[in-house]
Amino acid sequence: MNKNIQLSIKDLVKSFDDNRILNGISTDIKKGEVVVVLGPSGCGKSTLLRCINGLEAINGGHVFIDEDEVVHNSKDLPKIRQKIGMVFQSYDLFPHKTIIDNITLAPIKVQHRNKAEVTEEAEQLLERVNLLDKAKAYPRQLSGGQKQRVAIVRALCMHPEIMLFDEVTAALDPEMVREVLDVILELANQGMTMIIVTHEMQFARAVADRIIFLDGGKIVEEARPDEFFTAPKTARAKAFLKTFEFDAKKKEMSREAV
Amino acid sequence: MQDLAISIIFKGNNLLRLLDGLWITLRISLLSAALSIPLGILFGMFLTLKNPISKFIGRLYLDFIRIMPQLVLLFIVFFGITRATGLDLSAELSAIIVFVLWGTSEMGDLVRGALISIPKHQYESSEALALTKLQTYWYIIIPQTLRRLIPLTINLVTRMIKTTSLVVLIGIVEMLKVGQQIIDANRFDYPSGALWIYGVVFFMYFFSCWPISCFAKWLEKRWSDK
Repeated sequence: MNKNIQLSIKDLVKSFDDNRILNGISTDIKKGEVVVVLGPSGCGKSTLLRCINGLEAINGGHVFIDEDEVVHNSKDLPKIRQKIGMVFQSYDLFPHKTIIDNITLAPIKVQHRNKAEVTEEAEQLLERVNLLDKAKAYPRQLSGGQKQRVAIVRALCMHPEIMLFDEVTAALDPEMVREVLDVILELANQGMTMIIVTHEMQFARAVADRIIFLDGGKIVEEARPDEFFTAPKTARAKAFLKTFEFDAKKKEMSREAV
Repeated sequence: MQDLAISIIFKGNNLLRLLDGLWITLRISLLSAALSIPLGILFGMFLTLKNPISKFIGRLYLDFIRIMPQLVLLFIVFFGITRATGLDLSAELSAIIVFVLWGTSEMGDLVRGALISIPKHQYESSEALALTKLQTYWYIIIPQTLRRLIPLTINLVTRMIKTTSLVVLIGIVEMLKVGQQIIDANRFDYPSGALWIYGVVFFMYFFSCWPISCFAKWLEKRWSDK
């Protein structure tokens, strides 16, 4: 296998009962590459991320991180998962633990790292996302944007090789979206390998090295962001992008009306 | 005579006898609770299994025990089973069996509720952090479940203490029965003694359950701001 390839997906098939959500997905993701997965809702974007992380049992195909295959419920899964950081739409901090304990739990218990060293690293990461003063707070005392930044830090503290972001700003108030996206953008600049599922088109364009457009459980189009957004090749991608344009025009019209 | 009615409490060893009754009440209820809680936790986990057969069995047990008044259960075990099988169960043992059967079903339902109230995402985000299933339960799920469970469990224990007054009907002389005996024995010397004796019984129940309720409230408050 090519040394530069960090994640390799081969003919991935996933069904829920009779409903085929992913229908033969294949792609390789290189070290340091930022891939944004776009597509209409229900096209299987989130399911794809969940399969990569072994949260779902797959019905066919393979997922490899480096040379290790990700298999749902396998014994080695916790070991392989340390290489994958995942951030969910609903943040999912542990409500009974302080922010700092949320972050240090897995490094201490899973990786058996020294508590003082992990705490120091967690504090540095919190400082980077401007949340050091919240270290001793509980999740319910934080806003959505703050929680999501903590969730990112929590995943980063495990030193993952690849980060998965599953619509991380979809549940946030608009003014909090920016603070979360800035953190992700900074990670991209540092060379973190990432797969991002998002509905923020401008952000997708700014952060991505490659866009994967998913529809009906298949990769319909794969392109560099400038190509994808200015000259999409497939009709379905065009139609998809048009839904966002329509939104923009409507906004302009309402502004004129005022 | 009237103004001396209170002395019925201290006449002979009445107070000691009442305390003895209290001890029987507490012995039955606390022993039953101590057995019901671990069994109920196991039963509650059993109830969350997705297997249709286990679901049916769990549901059947739960509904059977809950629909049946505890008194009927007491009669079935103490009079029915002993007669049918020839086993010589003492009244106290029968009472404990019934309260454990009942407590296990109630506790099981509480545990089931607490377990399913933990969002699926808590399991997933823990597993995504590479925690094993066991670690996920130990560090994430069980602490959160306990927080929800302890106030409810304590409530169940106080209910058990109060429900033990039924055991009188299978011949166990617990606190309430002792009180009645004292009142009957002193009917002519202390015609208004009933008020005092039942008053003492009331306070004994109260002071058995009240500290437990206070403890539950304290825990709830302590954990609500965390």
